[in-house]
Amino acid sequence: MRVSTLIKIGTIDEFQVNVGKLVEIEDHAIAVFRLAERQFNAVENRCPHKGGPLAVGIVSGDFVFCPLHDWKIDLKDGNVQAPDHGCVRKYDVTIEGEEVFITL
Amino acid sequence: MDKRKLVLVGNGMAGVNCIEHILKLKEQSYEITIFGTEPHPNYNRIQLSYVLGGSSKFEDIVLNDWDWYEKNNIHLYTGHTVTKINHENRVVHTNKGVVESYDELILATGSNPFILPIPGAHLSNVISYRDIKDCEKMIEASKTYKKAAVIGGGLLGLEAARGLLNLSMDVTVIHVMDTLMERQLDPTASKLLQAELEAQGMKFRMNAATEELIGEDRVEGLRFKDGSVLDADLVVMAVGIRPNVELAKEHGIEVNRGIVVNDYLETSVPNIYAVGECAEHRGIVYGLVAPLYEQGQVLAKRLANVETKPYEGSVLSTKLKVSGVDVFSAGEFIDQPDTKAYRFQDDFQGVYKKVLVKDETIIGAVLFGEIDEGVRLFQMIRNGAHEKELKTIFSRTNTEKESGAPQVISMADEELICGCNGVSKGTIVQAINELGLDSVESIKGCTGATRSCGGCKPLVQDLLQCTLGDKFQKVEKEPICSCTTLSRDEVVEAIRAMKLTSTKEVMNVLEWNQENGCSKCRPALNYYLGMAWPKEYEDERTSRFVNERLHANIQKDGTYSVVPRIYGGVTSPEQMRKIADVADKYEIPMVKITGGQRIDLLGVKKEDLPNVWADLDMPSGYAYAKALRTVKTCVGENFCRFGTQDSIQMGIDMEKRFERLWTPHKVKMAVSACPRNCAESGIKDIGVVGVDGGWELYVGGNGGVHLRGGDLFIKVKTREEVLEWSAAFVQYYRETAKYLERTSHWVERVGLEHIQEVLKDEGTRAELIKRMDEALESSKDPWKEAIEERSVRQMFEKVTVS
Ligand code: SRM
Ligand SMILES: Cc1cc2nc3c(=O)[nH]c(=O)nc-3n(C[C@H](O)[C@H](O)[C@H](O)COP(=O)(O)OP(=O)(O)OC[C@H]3O[C@@H](n4cnc5c(N)ncnc54)[C@H](O)[C@@H]3O)c2cc1C
Ligand code: SF4
Ligand code: FES
Repeated sequence: MRVSTLIKIGTIDEFQVNVGKLVEIEDHAIAVFRLAERQFNAVENRCPHKGGPLAVGIVSGDFVFCPLHDWKIDLKDGNVQAPDHGCVRKYDVTIEGEEVFITL
Repeated sequence: MDKRKLVLVGNGMAGVNCIEHILKLKEQSYEITIFGTEPHPNYNRIQLSYVLGGSSKFEDIVLNDWDWYEKNNIHLYTGHTVTKINHENRVVHTNKGVVESYDELILATGSNPFILPIPGAHLSNVISYRDIKDCEKMIEASKTYKKAAVIGGGLLGLEAARGLLNLSMDVTVIHVMDTLMERQLDPTASKLLQAELEAQGMKFRMNAATEELIGEDRVEGLRFKDGSVLDADLVVMAVGIRPNVELAKEHGIEVNRGIVVNDYLETSVPNIYAVGECAEHRGIVYGLVAPLYEQGQVLAKRLANVETKPYEGSVLSTKLKVSGVDVFSAGEFIDQPDTKAYRFQDDFQGVYKKVLVKDETIIGAVLFGEIDEGVRLFQMIRNGAHEKELKTIFSRTNTEKESGAPQVISMADEELICGCNGVSKGTIVQAINELGLDSVESIKGCTGATRSCGGCKPLVQDLLQCTLGDKFQKVEKEPICSCTTLSRDEVVEAIRAMKLTSTKEVMNVLEWNQENGCSKCRPALNYYLGMAWPKEYEDERTSRFVNERLHANIQKDGTYSVVPRIYGGVTSPEQMRKIADVADKYEIPMVKITGGQRIDLLGVKKEDLPNVWADLDMPSGYAYAKALRTVKTCVGENFCRFGTQDSIQMGIDMEKRFERLWTPHKVKMAVSACPRNCAESGIKDIGVVGVDGGWELYVGGNGGVHLRGGDLFIKVKTREEVLEWSAAFVQYYRETAKYLERTSHWVERVGLEHIQEVLKDEGTRAELIKRMDEALESSKDPWKEAIEERSVRQMFEKVTVS
């Protein structure tokens, strides 16, 4: 049986809209994005291409563009967009009041 | 002295055009107030059909935006209808209780659409076609309903019908006569037009008089005189217009069909004038813009106390827009016993032309299918030209046309290109030559040509081509990214013209197909906006690539490199010690001398960046940015046995002058003190080479992927001139290059000679430099900013949960 835990990663105002942030929890490096006032998404901070740090990519709508070679990744499901292939692990983010949690 | 008060009733095309002329003539003479019933600034009514058909938005057809009123100190009351004129006390009253006194009063109340006095005319979904509100109603109705009937087969009715076809409605045009547009076309042309429109899917009921509109609340159909019925859930009435004269009539101003005016647009009451569709001059009420603008010019001069010829009436010409059918007519075109006609008809090409002549004088014409000659014919008709001049037109059809030479070449300088705004060929050519204009858009701004119906755009384009010759490049249209079909120039033009001020606004207004853009257009738009509005625009960090967002160069392992400024490549033991200490403190894995004469600290962790910068206490070298990179220098005259100039100081001066300036792509410079060129000035965006008694400037060099030697741009004598010319060059590059276009590509695209030609004028250089200084004014060292500002610093932090 898998037990998932909610881990607090900060308060909402610590995240800027459309600017990614790196969150390290144990051996997970997670890129957390605040896409709108109360909308958060999170994916593994490693581009499937050559490991680019997705947290510093340009955010456009629901997508992040990898800063190294411009792969386009959908933050809703972690899928790499055509013409490239692949996917990154997605993490669930929960907001309670002003606090932001990630599910591991 | 108190200013005199000028009040305009009617915020429409004719009235505001007249005000524009007054402002041009004597900007400061009046305190101006405008009242308008519609809740909008003045827009181009002629282009309503583009809004209806979906090819333009309301913003595109605005002629004078809100800013314009403000800039010209005009008090504007929109949503106010003037209901009372008291000419004894010289005041007007509005329906909302505003009272305003005047010294001079202009009535430009336009027309009202004529509504057929038949049963059912009041039903909902029966719409007239006059203003933006009507368009909105039609667009709304088309979302729910599918069957439309347009009553009226004139210009307006056909435009409405075509617009409704675009909205995917099933459209029938009902016309009482047996030919369409009988006021503008002869029967032959009418029939051709009808056939063409039928082919486009329009249906017609000719010779049909509507007797009643059927329906309860909403219209459901039409009943004709002969008893037959047509189903329709939207009815557009386009059966004519009536001058809007109620206000004048109720207040003792002489009114016939329109408000009666003399040759100076004066009404029967002192200090009250009328222009536009509401005015009647020598028994004629005009319903097209060109004559209304002519009236406005005369009135403007009158009010500005400038000598003017009287207004003596206008000859009309008409073009059908929107439908994709080329139709033109002017003057008298219905054959009479005492007229003769030149005719040409080609059923295969669908071309028909007729020119009517009376007593050897050209009096009118109808063209169908091919209307190139319209402008010239119109001119001849206005001038009452002799019929033998027709040869110059019709002989052209075969010879010149085949040779591809544009018709504008053979036009005389005084011939009109833009009929609506009365702009002649000579005026446009002069503007191109003297003001250095190079786009239709800039010509529109300066001369007004193409501003109304837009029909003369192809002629203006030809004229640009002919006048500028090789300098005019019909730039291949290349969209800035896949989110749009618009090119760089179109986007920048729109940013300036519509005063767009954020990437979001650009993407919305210009209808990006990706709502939030992509990694290509976002940085480009951010650059263009900053370039266009250096003072107002607030840089959008989120639209910048990581390097420019974090002001450091990202490495393959996610660490960053730090390159501080070392002006002109000149350092000091103290500076080197500081760099060494920082490298030790943060355990920086690699310290390297770059190819650009400075030092690179490679492998810095993101969260260390602000501290590294703080400890270095040196300005950013922008080694990561589309901005000035390095200015390389050689040792120069103070040390080198061949040196002719102080290249080191020149380099330092240039680096200090241009640092922090955002550019379309990176810009590199170098200064060598003799032609041996140790600083490699020949492959820099701007390379300076010192020679005996002066300096040579090379531009467009590139040592990267496509190696290109710089072109000799100019030779100058002094250091001040070096700075002046390079500043003008950089700014012109900033304003005209595409984002991510190095100077090497830009110089090849626009041509070295073109750049030399533009910059040769001292005034132009001064203007460019002024704009560059504006851009630099608000610039700040980004590393300092990151150290000082909490919100910026936040971006470098990471969260660690243990
Ligand atoms: C550090 C440096 C190499 C060095 O160690 O010497 C360097 C490093 C990079 N260069 Fe360069 N270039 C460096 C001098 C040059 C030069 C020589 C010069 O400037 O005198 C050239 C050729 C001259 C020119 O640009 O005209 C040069 C031509 C390029 C190009 C090709 C540009 C082109 O238009 O073709 C690129 C790619 C680009 O900009 O798109 C590039 C891009 C890069 C980038 C920024 C690649 C990137 O986007 O990540 C490299 C960063 C490496 C890193 O991990 O930090 N670098 N690069 C030099 C920095 C000079 C400085 O002090 O700022
Ligand atoms: C769909 C359409 C297509 C057209 N196509 C062409 C074309 O291709 N070529 C061409 O030359 N012409 C064309 N026209 C005609 C052209 O638009 C008019 O000739 C021109 O707009 C008339 O200008 P105006 O200022 O006299 O009237 P308007 O532009 O109508 O302005 C009058 C304004 O005064 C306001 N007003 C009226 N009474 C009052 C009051 N008491 N107080 C305050 N405000 C008041 C009205 O609300 C209106 O906004 C077209 C017109 C339409 C509707
Ligand atoms: S450019 Fe000329 S003067 Fe300067 S170092 Fe080279 S050789 Fe010497
Ligand atoms: S590492 Fe992400 S695109 Fe190459």
